[in-house]
Amino acid sequence: MSRVLIAGAGMAALRTAEALRAYGYSDEIVVVGDEKYPPYNRPPLSKEALAGEPTLEQLAFRQKASTEDVVWRLGESVVSADLAGRTVALASGEVLEWDALVAATGVRARILPIPGGDSVRRHVVRTLDDALELRPLLTPGARVVILGAGFIGCEVAATAVQLGCVVTCVALDPLPMIRPLGPEVSAELLRRHEERGITFRLGVSVSVMAKNGTSVDLQLNDGSTVTADVIVEAVGSVCAVGWLDGNGLDLSDGVLVDSALRPLVDGSPVDRVAVVGDVARFPNPRFGADSWRVEHWSLPTDTGRRAGAVLGARLVGEGYAEVVASPFEPIPSFWSDQFDVRLKSYGMPGLADPDGIRVLEGAIADECIIGYYRGTDLMGVVGIGMVRAVNSYRDKVGLGKVESS
Amino acid sequence: MALKVVVDMNVCQDHGQCVFAAPQVFQLNDDGRLVVLIEEPDESLRAAVEDAADVCPVQAISIKG
Repeated sequence: MSRVLIAGAGMAALRTAEALRAYGYSDEIVVVGDEKYPPYNRPPLSKEALAGEPTLEQLAFRQKASTEDVVWRLGESVVSADLAGRTVALASGEVLEWDALVAATGVRARILPIPGGDSVRRHVVRTLDDALELRPLLTPGARVVILGAGFIGCEVAATAVQLGCVVTCVALDPLPMIRPLGPEVSAELLRRHEERGITFRLGVSVSVMAKNGTSVDLQLNDGSTVTADVIVEAVGSVCAVGWLDGNGLDLSDGVLVDSALRPLVDGSPVDRVAVVGDVARFPNPRFGADSWRVEHWSLPTDTGRRAGAVLGARLVGEGYAEVVASPFEPIPSFWSDQFDVRLKSYGMPGLADPDGIRVLEGAIADECIIGYYRGTDLMGVVGIGMVRAVNSYRDKVGLGKVESS
Repeated sequence: MALKVVVDMNVCQDHGQCVFAAPQVFQLNDDGRLVVLIEEPDESLRAAVEDAADVCPVQAISIKG
């Protein structure tokens, strides 16, 4: 009886387990995750679930019959791994052996070091528990200050203002969501969000936080002060990969892996180990010679299926060389709902030349599709509305897929 | 039991990811709304419709049978 141990119990873990079963691996699968919930869908946490009443029933992924016998050890966490000795240690001190290991620990919300910040309540929106804690505070008239003007920050801002909160977004970036959308699209989204009543304080950072009765004063580095009843921090993420320290891996940005999602030590893949989801920094020749870590929703499924096939083949003992050699070039996609606008993207728009951003269809003040070019290559597209039309560009993104007109 | 595809249209947000996975079964119409072309697809489409259910961002698709 062999054992696959999956560290992390999110969507990527579930998809990996399904793919192991689909490949014919029928021995033990043990999943260890620090949240108390089985895998659930996170995007609604900043959108419709936050607007309503977030519940696990509404968010949990359906479990397939093939994974009914997976052992879910929830509320436990892996704190270290010995890749040569094929063990992991849990926070409880228990040591588990494995025949294959999957790193699916994902990311945590980043918390900024801010003087005075430790003594005030700061919310993040990463987990169901985060959303459950935040939701009751988003009451009409509540002054909500959101730190960060990326996608999550803007989604929470849009949700909160629709719940009647008085919302201020504070960010160091000059425009909301400027990475990866670029200045023109971001300026248009800023206009739309301000029109709906969100106040933006851009190009500034928080110098000090101080309690002021039941609220908090945030002193900004331009000398002004914003008062908050609720603070939500949405300033990006930190990879939860510290448990892999000491194994010679490149952990500088997630985990550097090869095309088969096996982590690299001095350029050579580690046998029987795979990395999936937000923390996998993998090569994607569709977009160039580099390796990238992609936190979009589509990647847990893409990487989970890949890792499940690779490790399934390794353990079942059939087709390993073929699976490893097969191409892996997923097309990242993301969407964001803010008010009545849906943003939808395919590819890697952030790889565009600074002057390579062009409207392909429609008008930027209305609904449109924007192309992100590097030279003549369409690296990514973003639709503002026009969902069906933007979907038609999906297969055209990447190097050499389409000529610039 | 025959394969059956059920889309909860109260949940569906017309993302259209299912169309990439199983274009024989799902389509976005001219208004950008999702249409199920075949509610009881042939067994040969099982993998495709399961893929479609997996890639639905709002988990609106369920497979019976």
